[in-house]
Amino acid sequence: MSMREAILTRVRAATAGKQVPPAPEVIPRAAGTLTEDPLVRFRRLAEMSGSTLDEAASPATAPGRVAAYLKDAGLTCAAVVWPALAALPWTAAGIAAEARAPQTTDAIGITGAFCGIAETGTLLLLSGGDSPGATSLVPETHIALLPRERIMRDLEAAFARVRAEHGSLPRALAFISGPSRTADIEQTIVIGAHGPKRVHIILVG
Amino acid sequence: MEVTSDKFRAAAARSLADTQLQRALARIPERFVAARARAAAEFGEFEQLRAAGAAIRERALARLDVLLERFEAEAVCRGASVHWAVDAAEANRIVLDIARGHGVRRIVKSKSMVTEECALNDALEAAGLAVLETDLGEYILQLARERPSHIIAPVIHKNREEVTELFSARHRRPRSTDIAALCQEAREILRPQFFAADMGISGANFLVAETGSVALFTNEGNGRLVTTLPRVHVAIAGIEKVVETLGELAALARLLPRSATGQAISNYFTLLTGVRGATESDGPEAFHIVLLDNGRSRLLGSELRPILRCIRCGACLNHCPVYQTVGGHAYGWVYPGPMGAVWTPALVGLERARELPEAATFCGQCQVACPVMIPLPDLLRRLRTRTTAEHLRPARERLALNLWGYAARHPRLYALLAAFAARVLYRLGRRRGWVRWLPLAAGWTATRDFPAGEGRTAREVLRRERGG
Ligand code: SF4
Repeated sequence: MSMREAILTRVRAATAGKQVPPAPEVIPRAAGTLTEDPLVRFRRLAEMSGSTLDEAASPATAPGRVAAYLKDAGLTCAAVVWPALAALPWTAAGIAAEARAPQTTDAIGITGAFCGIAETGTLLLLSGGDSPGATSLVPETHIALLPRERIMRDLEAAFARVRAEHGSLPRALAFISGPSRTADIEQTIVIGAHGPKRVHIILVG
Repeated sequence: MEVTSDKFRAAAARSLADTQLQRALARIPERFVAARARAAAEFGEFEQLRAAGAAIRERALARLDVLLERFEAEAVCRGASVHWAVDAAEANRIVLDIARGHGVRRIVKSKSMVTEECALNDALEAAGLAVLETDLGEYILQLARERPSHIIAPVIHKNREEVTELFSARHRRPRSTDIAALCQEAREILRPQFFAADMGISGANFLVAETGSVALFTNEGNGRLVTTLPRVHVAIAGIEKVVETLGELAALARLLPRSATGQAISNYFTLLTGVRGATESDGPEAFHIVLLDNGRSRLLGSELRPILRCIRCGACLNHCPVYQTVGGHAYGWVYPGPMGAVWTPALVGLERARELPEAATFCGQCQVACPVMIPLPDLLRRLRTRTTAEHLRPARERLALNLWGYAARHPRLYALLAAFAARVLYRLGRRRGWVRWLPLAAGWTATRDFPAGEGRTAREVLRRERGG
């Protein structure tokens, strides 16, 4: 008997005749999730998780806001961007943007976002040919352009939207809530572990 | 991995005398217990969420065979390979075969308790592979050649000076005892390793049957690096980790971080399905998922079944007065605290971990904190009963219990003996209110204090109050 069959046979024997308890009638959401204005909540919770926020009136003006952020923060203007965003006017804004997968030496990564989740102030990024996961992960600074109308109330709504627009799940769904952190040494929180040290969200539109 | 759970008492005594450890453990109430309480209060309907979490996990266990088969079919459909391992040795052999099959030489790992359970690193290293832990805590432990003492805060027992020593011995960089500088140092040392590795190994917080996905909750970002950069990804999961739907996953995603660290959500929650697409520039070309039984299917049909709901949040450790006092290493294997006192005898055998179910005060805090409402005190009580039934107790203890049993069946004799004992206790503890040594129970008081009595039995007090 294969190991698979050995395991499944034991599992079947243990579950046979067992009553399946009913599914929970309601899954509660965090207080305020279903009542608070999603945009207001998203902003508040994204800031609480350590992200910074800005706005741009349109995709075309987003590179200008990115340049302003980089200048304010004293960061380099050389960035890797998602191929999906390659067509934006980066050069005109003074940003040396390269649409490719990031190397370990790249300091700034610019991505889009599939949606935001108001319940926890979270970004959802989907993997794909023109949206590599490494761009939001390898550089020390992650800048995300999030279309304002794509802020969902909760995880359930985000999953539903992924399925509605993509059918099956893309390879990787990355839910990102602020810069990476660790509290392993003496339970003291340090921002910037293996992932980005800064997450800057620009609400577009 | 060596099991030393039958030496709990001795290890606990050493922990009590370890002032460094005691200082480290003193951080638990604020950093974990209070943080969880705040997160639960902020959430609002947290009790309803716990009930939903318990129901979701119970439902999954009641149809575990169906969900596992569905998971396998969906995962395979997306290009992943699913392997089944009856025990730890098989799991290790499978991972080793995968590594050899893909010509792997360097492996990076993100934190995974189930690989600790299998002692996977030892097996891979014995076969000549380079395995690097990349979670900061696990990396520190790998340098120190120690095992984790907490399931989500693995180096809770170490202070920064010890980390400084380890790093300066290995990294040959300027010494620092600044915590942020130590984290930065680890980041710089480990960063190139993610790019150089051929294979990444992770655990799985959950498996989703309807999509064939692996869900990971992490904060440091190493979990994403390990599953994004190397060309091969191996995820190892206990068979109990499966849930049916994304909706159920959403509910558990609200429970796990709040219970573990008091965060509303972990920094990174990743859902991984299948292999790299033709147009993608990152993500693994090969994705292997190892489903580990290692005793779990046996538990499913046993009275300990509720422990299989466990989502490894660590809340029961944080809320346990015994864990808070002795730390994790005293438990002698991979899983400490109340959950460990059930998991360890359940997986390695009660005869090898007889002392763990005794290491409970039955205060019930673990059950109150458990996000999936596992009746931990009840499970510990059942294990104690089994210890007695299977004659695993030492002769002296059995004799005492038999004598007590005899007395309990003879009320007059019992009243007489109890009255005598109450007066002895009163005299013994008159000065401090605590009894540090009990006649006939020196083994018990060697590691515990007993509250001194007031000199009368409950019966006597009651009779007087009722004017009897
Ligand atoms: S038993 Fe409950 S509280 Fe303890 S680790 Fe498991 S899920 Fe968390």
